[in-house]
Amino acid sequence: MLMTLSKDSMSITREQDLVPFRNRVKEAAVKIGMGIVNQTKLITAASELVRNMFRYAGGGEVLIEIVSKGRESGVRLTFADKGPGIANLDLAMQDGYSTGKSLGLGLPGAKRLVNEFDLKSTVGQGTTVMILKWKNG
Amino acid sequence: MGPFLLVTIQIDLYDRLALNLEADLVQKVHQTGARGVLIDISAVSIVDSFMGRILGNIASMTRVLDAETVVVGMQPAVAITLIELGLSLKGVHTALDVERGMALLQTKLDLDYEMADDDADDIE
Ligand SMILES: Nc1ncnc2c1ncn2[C@@H]1O[C@H](COP(=O)(O)OP(=O)(O)OP(=O)(O)O)[C@@H](O)[C@H]1O
Ligand SMILES: [Mg+2]
Repeated sequence: MLMTLSKDSMSITREQDLVPFRNRVKEAAVKIGMGIVNQTKLITAASELVRNMFRYAGGGEVLIEIVSKGRESGVRLTFADKGPGIANLDLAMQDGYSTGKSLGLGLPGAKRLVNEFDLKSTVGQGTTVMILKWKNG
Repeated sequence: MGPFLLVTIQIDLYDRLALNLEADLVQKVHQTGARGVLIDISAVSIVDSFMGRILGNIASMTRVLDAETVVVGMQPAVAITLIELGLSLKGVHTALDVERGMALLQTKLDLDYEMADDDADDIE
């Protein structure tokens, strides 16, 4: 069973929030003793998602949780915005697909960097992305 | 021959700062006629797709100005993460440290000269 050991949230409204946000994620990862490679993967994935959030949705809220399951602990991040939503999730998850004239790497790349990834979106209501990185994942 | 420019990024940049760096650097290459740019990212702990794109932009813009860019000192965890993210720093040369980056730039310039010499011979 998944248990939440600590919970913290942060609202993201401007790009200047990016660096402090990354530091908060790092604190959580360090707290559970996550190694530097997994930390870097987690923070990079988080950075992609938070960037999407202010770029396409004008900002949102991120929930930062330390979770455990049996002996394993990890960091779970939930990015929730009230932006326009994503009409075609399969398309958005493809490498190279971008409506922002960018590389289209953020979503599929973030998924590759973590252990669990869940994307939900309703057009006109918003988008929620959950990622989880286990300490030894 | 112009000098080399060495830029050390000491903090994790947010986007505006990264874009400024891109503009400033291209400007500097133009002003100084530098033939090589070294960007030391050994203090950078996160390179996401945005930062990666900035590095790629700097490399291709400086190339138009006849300079080569070498990114030096990338942390191993950052390198591993970039590959999994799927970002190939195409057109960006990398080296382990500043010294090796300099050596790489020097070799590239020497090659340039040899090729220029060859061209000259052809015309004769
Ligand atoms: N929070 C969001 N709200 C609305 N649309 C989104 C959101 N996140 C992503 N999208 C849509 O999904 C597409 C793919 O996102 P992804 O992050 O993979 O690529 P990108 O942001 O376009 O490029 P990159 O991340 O490589 O700079 C985006 O172009 C955008 O259309
Ligand atoms: Mg993106």
